[in-house]
Amino acid sequence: MFGLSPDEVGILELSLRVALVSVICSLPLAILVAYVLARYSFPGKTLVDAIVHLPLVLPPVVVGFALLVLFGKRGPIGSWLDEWLGIVFAFRWTGAALASALMGFPLMVRAIRLSLEAVDQRLEVAARTLGGSRAWVFASITLPLALPGIITGTLLSFARGLGEFGATITFVSNIPGETQTLPLAIYTYTQVPGGDAQALRLSVVAVILSIIALVTSEWLTRRSERMQGNDRR
Amino acid sequence: MIDVDVEQQLGAFRLDVKFAVEAPIVGLFGRSGAGKTSVINAIAGITTPSRGRIRINEIALFDAAQGINVPPERRRIGYVFQDALLFPHMDVEANLLYGQKLRASNDRPIDDKRVVELLGLGALLRRKPRMLSGGEKQRVAIGRALLAQPRILLLDEPLAALDVARKAEILDYIERLRDELSIPIIYVSHSVAEISRLADTVVLLAEGECLAVGDVDDVMGRLDLRPATGRYEAGSLIETRVAAHDVDDQLTTLAFDGGELIVPYLDAAVGSRVRARIRARDVSLAAERPARVSILNILAGRVATMDVTDGPVADVQLAVGSAILNARITRRSFRHMGIHVGQDVYALVKSVSFEQRDAGDA
Repeated sequence: MFGLSPDEVGILELSLRVALVSVICSLPLAILVAYVLARYSFPGKTLVDAIVHLPLVLPPVVVGFALLVLFGKRGPIGSWLDEWLGIVFAFRWTGAALASALMGFPLMVRAIRLSLEAVDQRLEVAARTLGGSRAWVFASITLPLALPGIITGTLLSFARGLGEFGATITFVSNIPGETQTLPLAIYTYTQVPGGDAQALRLSVVAVILSIIALVTSEWLTRRSERMQGNDRR
Repeated sequence: MIDVDVEQQLGAFRLDVKFAVEAPIVGLFGRSGAGKTSVINAIAGITTPSRGRIRINEIALFDAAQGINVPPERRRIGYVFQDALLFPHMDVEANLLYGQKLRASNDRPIDDKRVVELLGLGALLRRKPRMLSGGEKQRVAIGRALLAQPRILLLDEPLAALDVARKAEILDYIERLRDELSIPIIYVSHSVAEISRLADTVVLLAEGECLAVGDVDDVMGRLDLRPATGRYEAGSLIETRVAAHDVDDQLTTLAFDGGELIVPYLDAAVGSRVRARIRARDVSLAAERPARVSILNILAGRVATMDVTDGPVADVQLAVGSAILNARITRRSFRHMGIHVGQDVYALVKSVSFEQRDAGDA
């Protein structure tokens, strides 16, 4: 496919799966957190805000190490999940998805929060007086109006997930076919004598993917703005 | 029946109003900052008063003592906001149907086709709110509120953002609604002209309190309320009976103890009671009975009170039989005629200045 070897296709497929699953699973929580931060004030809000932003400023290795301690086979959360729900993160692709979700979370929350703050709350009041319950008003007014921010946040987090390296390699190691995503594979090739050509090929793939993500993001944002009647034409 | 008795602290502003009114259109009048919007926000359930009760047609929407506080989505109050607040991501049709869809299909007495026709929205249905003019936005907002099947319609200064031509257009539409749909309207405004044209009953607010409630002309004409109402062009209400019809000339004669009024043809039986409203500026005064003038209504009266200020006009109240007739003339004529209390004068009222709606059933 596109002149890629089966190994390379496998790496690409794994990377996309990890990034996709990470954004799909973190999106609802990100919307919830963004909504709470945008609309409510409560004691400890600054602390919650800081914790959400922590992955943005911590060394990724620290995040990966924290995941290893908490979500590892013997970690307090990891062992509980394994025992009761049969979910294992350690050294699995799901762990890679968890790591990228966590690293992309601040970007996602930030973008969604900004667009939620831009929604005129009086539109929600108007919808309530027309008979809409809180939940229906959120679904029919607030979410559609915040859509550009939700798209931007999702794609930023997706792109961040595709590039995730430090937290992933620390948490789930570098297992070909299981946790070896694109950046990890590139890193591996650079450590092997004569692997430069391979590293270069994969780097080109990474660049192309990033461009596709950015262009898609731009296109979707424009489209949703047009849907909202905000286009300048 | 709209029954409001609430107290609420809003920052440094204190709202403490109590009134009970019943009329097709109730005007909520006051200068900006008087608490008009606070009152209708409390009625709509957007804000919660600290004490009191709100009832519409005997249905309790809020009662602090009984712990009743119906959420806004179940109050069935149609709220038309000052700046329309149309949903920008929906076209006009989706905006109109937003509230209707949330009502059961057997609970929609106000039909969408009828509203589209009444408000002239047919050509706009596919447009986005961004592509509408200010007047069109307000019409869509009124239609959207009506289709949510409200018990009562709240209009919060719906003309504030419009130019003069659009204002007149929306006023016409509001009058059509009043005549065609039997939904009581609370019309909020700081404009004397709008209130006196539309409202039957007025609630006068100042600094969070209700200063007066009653017939528009009574309240707005009261001299002691001038600080809150500003200078108001008073009208007069005269209780009359239909004396005769002249089908050829399309005129009706109304009789009262001060004389007769000839007005454009009214569709009312001879002998029925009719309340005629005469605007003060449509009344001219003459010191002697004029002959050979086009004006049909010449009433003999006596000057009862007068109010002359620094402006160009003077307000004169005449006793005509047992009725009171307000006349507004220029200060110059007032001086030339040497008008004084107790003087006998003739009031001239043009027949064509009566409009059908000015003479409602008593």
